[in-house]
Order: sequence, then structure tokens, then C-alpha cells
Amino acid sequence: MQDPTGQGQEHPEGHKYPEGHKWETVIGLEIHTQLATQSKIFSGAATAYGSEPNTQACAVDLGLPGVLPVLNEGAVRMAITFGCAIDAEIAPYSVFARKNYFYPDSPKGYQISQMELPIVGVGHMDIEVDGITKRIGITRAHLEEDAGKSLHEDFHGLTGIDLNRSGTPLLEIVSEPDMRSAKEAVAYMRKIHELVRYLAISDGNMQEGSFRCDANVSVRPKGQQAFGTRTEIKNINSFKFVEKAINYEVERHIDVLENGGRIIQETRLYDSVKDETRAMRSKEEANDYRYFPDPDLLPVIIDQQLLSDIRNNLPELPAAKKQRFKTDYQLDEDSATTLTSSRELADFYEAVVKRSGCDAKLCSNWVTGDLLASLNRENLDINAAPITHERFADLLARIHDNTISGKIAKQVFDEMWRSDASADQIIAAKGLQQITDSGEIESIIDKIIADNLDQVEQYRSGKDKVFSFFVGQVMKQSQGKANPAEVNKLLKAKLSN
Amino acid sequence: MSLTAHDVQKIAHLARLGINAEDIDAYANSLSGILDLVAEMNTLDTEQTSPMAHPLNQVQRLRADVITEVNQREHFQALAPQIEAGLYLVPKVIE
Repeated sequence: MQDPTGQGQEHPEGHKYPEGHKWETVIGLEIHTQLATQSKIFSGAATAYGSEPNTQACAVDLGLPGVLPVLNEGAVRMAITFGCAIDAEIAPYSVFARKNYFYPDSPKGYQISQMELPIVGVGHMDIEVDGITKRIGITRAHLEEDAGKSLHEDFHGLTGIDLNRSGTPLLEIVSEPDMRSAKEAVAYMRKIHELVRYLAISDGNMQEGSFRCDANVSVRPKGQQAFGTRTEIKNINSFKFVEKAINYEVERHIDVLENGGRIIQETRLYDSVKDETRAMRSKEEANDYRYFPDPDLLPVIIDQQLLSDIRNNLPELPAAKKQRFKTDYQLDEDSATTLTSSRELADFYEAVVKRSGCDAKLCSNWVTGDLLASLNRENLDINAAPITHERFADLLARIHDNTISGKIAKQVFDEMWRSDASADQIIAAKGLQQITDSGEIESIIDKIIADNLDQVEQYRSGKDKVFSFFVGQVMKQSQGKANPAEVNKLLKAKLSN
Repeated sequence: MSLTAHDVQKIAHLARLGINAEDIDAYANSLSGILDLVAEMNTLDTEQTSPMAHPLNQVQRLRADVITEVNQREHFQALAPQIEAGLYLVPKVIE
């Protein structure tokens, strides 16, 4: 929909801005997030992604004559949940409207959306860019139905239509034009993405189109109050592309204006291959959607009971969780940020701390270190980690009780990543148990001292560096299994004799 | 307020309605009549009146979020002029 805040004012026509003039970028985002309901917003058809074309498109989704939409309570609850999480007022009375346009993936000839009275009112989201916190206003969030999909591959010069997605519930989250750079826009989009996943109201899967956005972009001379003319970049489905598309568009605006031209308010598409935006081939009448209240749907009344029920059951939100991680686990800012970046990762971490009995900091280092590195390497999500939190915790427990050293643990971790074996099974099978028996370590040291009398001489004459040579030899002899603290202690004693 | 023939054609186009040229004047008259009625209503004092979203003074019932529909693709597609690979085929639209 159109940004109701209206960044509509024009630059004075023909005014030539000097090159190198200082410009300010103004960005507002409209984020569409699919809600994670089982069934459609107005019908009982399934919403699952990836099914055979049109097997989940029922008579309501097809817009056949005589059908009536019936609103899904789950979608309403999810919208309210979001509203509560951004501190917004929930409309006690909201209304669905028809947005009229003709396109074959919308068989009714209109989309059921909300215009005048959206379910979620004014709220806000705090973002952080370069260590500075900034509050971004959220104008509103409203419920609507998604459209189907057009497939333009060659069907003998025709277009194929799959209506499985038709009627999937969407929450459209409209921000104020409060962002001043592409970086801020991405930070905001990431925050909203993190939030909807925390709230479990959307899977946020961007490849599958569950989370996408339109960016309204304009520039104005620094210091000017009035907004410049904006353009809208449609349907961007990755954080990277949002940043690139906005940056391209800002450059384009400035270029046009500095050359005495003017920006035409229009809708543009971002081409990620060419890294440019271009005007959609359209249709000056396209924005004449002729909204009116949908006579098929009655006004939605949210009673206080439902509202307080949802409010009382809100999960811990990202910012609160991060703060708690810093306090309860004594984690630094970066680790706390990483660990709370998704609810699943945070849950994994807490489960590991609880089960392993290890120091919370050690668990943090392992989760943000080896585990995340391995997940990133294989492009996996924490949910798809080949090592469960139980197996992972049991590995850390073996470091904690001195069965293995941290270094050996990495070896065990790699082995666990590739198999279903437990840490204990791998340690036993490979004989990786740490040598803590000082007698055994002493005999290794004695032999090394006897074999390297020259180095002993050097050490005793003050060359401290040779010490690490001895440590290395002991570790080599013990195949890394000697307890490092014990080795240090015994070596020092023996060499200074 | 009086609509021109051009307005009528534009409205018809937006609604994707085919109209006969000889009917345009009649449509312009009727539609203008509706707008006049609206203009008259606009002169009323509605300060104390809340906007009506629906003529029935009732509340929307909600349905539980459960899947109740089964796949009836073949049944529905029997009505379609052209299908292929489970898709409905329509004249090409490119943005």
C-alpha cells in the first residue's frame, strides 16, 4: 500500500543543485511477513510451502462466485502479538477493505487488506547502527492476504498461475520515514525479522518469500524540512539487496537532481544481476486502488480478555534476553548479541549451559566459535545442526571434568559433526583421554630432558623461550593428551633442578 | 458534479468493464447523480456520527486455525479454459 505518511512534496522544478551539495536520504519500509498459520487467512486451505501447484487453493482462494471469507483467529492473534511486542496500540475495532486491481494471480480482482482501521496502530522499534541506538517509528501494521504466483516460463506464450499462496496471511508492517541510510534500513529490517521469528509468528524464510519488503526512498538537501519526491522499490527479498537497491536509488536521485532533473514518483524494481533499479512498465492508474470496506467481512472487535491473554503470554523479547544474558551469564556485548540473534540459538545455548554444568563463558565461546563457524561453513541454520544440544553439552562437560583438553575437544567436535557418536564414544574409541596422572607425564618429561641436553643447558642459562620447545615435545609425545597445566607445572620443576 | 465521457471511460477501464459508446452519456448522467447525492450528504454535520463499516451491526466471527479443505484441484480445473502441469494458463502478463 501507499505510505500514508506521504513523502510527496516536490523539489522545486528545474532547480539546479550544485554538485557535491549535501543530501540527506529518507527511507521508509513496508515489510510483508507471512504469518505462520496452518490455514489461510480467509479459508481452511493449507498454507504449507512447496506443494504441487494449486493443490492448496480452495474455492475461496480461487475467488469463485458465492464463496465467503471467514477470518482466521490464528492470524488475528499473531498480528496482535506483534503489536504488543512493538508497544503499539491494538485497535479495539478494525475493518477489512478491498484493494482493487487486476492481475491474474489475484483472481477476485481485489486483495482483502485493511486501509482506514488497521489492527495494529503506532509503535516503534529500536535499532543500533555503529553503536548508536535510534528509535524507528512504526506507523501501523495490518492484515491482508497474499496473492498467488505467476510463472513466466514458456507455456506456449502463456503465463502459468499457481494459487497455492493466494490467501496466505500477511502482516504488512509500515514504518515512518525515519531511516537516514541504507544501513539503518537494513538494521531495522533485521530487527523486525528477528522479532517475528522470536514471536514465532513467521518463519521469516526469505528465499521462500515469507519475509520481503518495499522501500520508499527520497533525498532532500540537508537541513530542508520538506521531503523530496519518493520512489518505491518493490519486493526486495534479502538484506543485501535492500542495502544495494537503496544505495543505487539514492545515487540515482542525487544524480537526477544535480543535473537539474526531477524525480517522478513511481514504482521501481531492483535487478540484482545488474545491480540497478528500473521503473516498472506501468500504468499511471495503477495506484487507484479504490479501497472500500469489504461487505463480506464484518468489523473485527478485539476484546480485552483476548488482548490481556496475549500480552501475558508474550515470550521474552530479544532486547530483554540479551540484557539477561549479559547479567546472568556475565557475557560481553558481542557474545550476548550473537547468542540472542535468534530464539533457537539462545535456547540452544541455555540448554548447553544447563546440561553441561560448565562455565557459561566457556559454553559461549564454543557456541559462538566452533559451532557457529561450522554452521556457517555449511550454510546451516541452528535447527539443522548435526549436533544436538545434548551431545554438544556432553562434549563440553568432558572439558569441564578434565577428561580432555580444549584442543582435543575440537578434534572430538569435528568427529561428532560427521557422525552420530557421542563425545564419550569418540574419546574412548580414539583413546583421547587426557593424561592427568603426573607419574606418566613425569616419565615423558624425563625422557625428553635426557634426549635434549643442549636445550636444557640453554634454558638453564636464561633462554626462557626454550620452555615452549619442551612443552611442544611433551604434547607431541603424548599426542596432545597431556593435561597442559600439569605439563607446565612439572616441566618448570624438572628444568629448574 | 458532472462527469465527462472521458471520466466514464477511465472508470470503466479501471473496473475492466466493456461499455458501448452510445451508453456513455447515460452512464455519465447516472454516475453524476450518485456524486451529487454524495455531495449533498457531505453538507450534513457528521461530527457526532461514527463511520459505518458495515450495515449489519454485528461482529466478525473468527474461525479456528485448522485445515478443513482437501485438494480438489481436478474438480476446479475442470472449469478452466486452459491448464498445464497443474497451473492455470492465462494470457501473458509481464511487468
